[in-house]
Amino acid sequence: MNSPANLVELRDIHFGYGARPVLEGVSLQVPRGQVTALMGASGGGKTTVLRLIGGQHQAQSGEVLFEQQDMGRLTKTALYQARRRMGMLFQFGALFTDLSVFDNVAFPLREHAQLSEAMVRDIVLMKLEAVGLRGARDLFPSEISGGMARRVALARAMALDPELMMYDEPFAGLDPISLGTAARLIRQLNDALGLTSIVVSHDLEETFRIADKVVILANGRIAAQGTPDEVRHSTDPLVQQFVSAAPDGPVRFHYPASSAAEDFGLAKERA
Amino acid sequence: MNVVAHIGAATRAWLADVGHATALFVRLVLLAPACLRRFGLVRDHMHFLGNYSLAIISVSGLFVGFVLALQGYNTLQRFGSASALGMLVALSLVRELGPVISALLFTGRAGTSLTAEIGLMKAGEQLSAMEMMAIDPVQRILAPRFWAGVLVVPILGAIFSAVGIIGGWLVGVVMIGVDAGSFWGQMRDGVDVWADVGNGVIKTLVFGFTVSFIALRQGYEAQPTPDGVARATTRTVVMASLTVLALDFVLTALMFKL
Repeated sequence: MNSPANLVELRDIHFGYGARPVLEGVSLQVPRGQVTALMGASGGGKTTVLRLIGGQHQAQSGEVLFEQQDMGRLTKTALYQARRRMGMLFQFGALFTDLSVFDNVAFPLREHAQLSEAMVRDIVLMKLEAVGLRGARDLFPSEISGGMARRVALARAMALDPELMMYDEPFAGLDPISLGTAARLIRQLNDALGLTSIVVSHDLEETFRIADKVVILANGRIAAQGTPDEVRHSTDPLVQQFVSAAPDGPVRFHYPASSAAEDFGLAKERA
Repeated sequence: MNVVAHIGAATRAWLADVGHATALFVRLVLLAPACLRRFGLVRDHMHFLGNYSLAIISVSGLFVGFVLALQGYNTLQRFGSASALGMLVALSLVRELGPVISALLFTGRAGTSLTAEIGLMKAGEQLSAMEMMAIDPVQRILAPRFWAGVLVVPILGAIFSAVGIIGGWLVGVVMIGVDAGSFWGQMRDGVDVWADVGNGVIKTLVFGFTVSFIALRQGYEAQPTPDGVARATTRTVVMASLTVLALDFVLTALMFKL
């Protein structure tokens, strides 16, 4: 059941913030060496899944397995050990604003590895070269564009050579060129470095192009999963609404409300 | 019935808050050895926080000294004891005004910037990013700032008192013409190193712990939104100022056994 072919596995996860349930019985597998895309409406719990895998949140029930370890039940030391094998790209990069591009990428190296400054410099320049920003090393986060910031953050997330890369909305707010660059980078890095990647996104076209496996989350459950083609041709109305970007369908356009007649005072008049 | 439930819920929330605060405080204190191992981080923040507050501390100290000398001379003169002016100025500064005013100024100048910095780091997911790099933000970000604040407030308090005494001397001796010999002599005889200066230093240390902790916790617990950071910064000023004034009363009562 728990084949080592899966680097990450979620088993019947229930999770909520306060009284509001976000995930209600989610089970999914992330195959080793592949790019798995996690899609769904905003606020549907995609980022929550990443935070569960990273051990930043604990599920109310169910297991989050990373290399057969349950992330929710690790001691702090073991959790930090496991996190060193993961890299996470935050939605807007989350660069340290008081450090230069170079120092941002060097940060995890200096904190974790006892390396000489010369070695740190070589590694940082290699990582920056991989994302095409070796020339931007002396700039500060406030001086670079959003797309560049995300590439720097990618270099930083890869600094310690993780096995698992998680991308939280890597395409949000990017221009078409940066978007294409980001998508290609995710695919190339995954293949060249033998990573396993999880991409949280709602950009259909770009995500379907780079993913090996697509998982669609809706209403706290998994609505569909499979290869991009399988998902595209799914007959499930919810998946169809998502794939064809229809405004109304199983996911309602209107936020739940009392009847319009009542709200506009028409019902009362009649009474 | 509803009122009882409301009070109960509020009490529970308050207790949980106190518990969280205590846990964070204990962690920060226990991280002292880790900070000592990387003292460079603490030193950088001491430099930063201290430099930040140096100008305002010195100028305020000077003016407080001026005013103390003017008011003190006025009152002492009535009893013909203007020669005790030096002692009055020094005791007021070293025991009370130095520690309290420098802690309040530090709150306004450096505490607010600590809260805003941490709050914005949280809002920008920088603290989350650090956690995901397997770096504990409490150890890497909060603790060095905490200990820098603890160490820097006593220094600022000492500077405040020293500059204040110079201010008192300028107005009292140079301007009004109190005898310089009795000004310094009375001060030397009337101010005890342990009972007065020592207790003043203890006060500044306590205030250093208080203000740094409140500022950092407010930033760390801030809602990660512009509105949340703004409110956290305001809370830092209100809470730190009130706590400093209340603690000052308690400490004074304990130290000087009036």
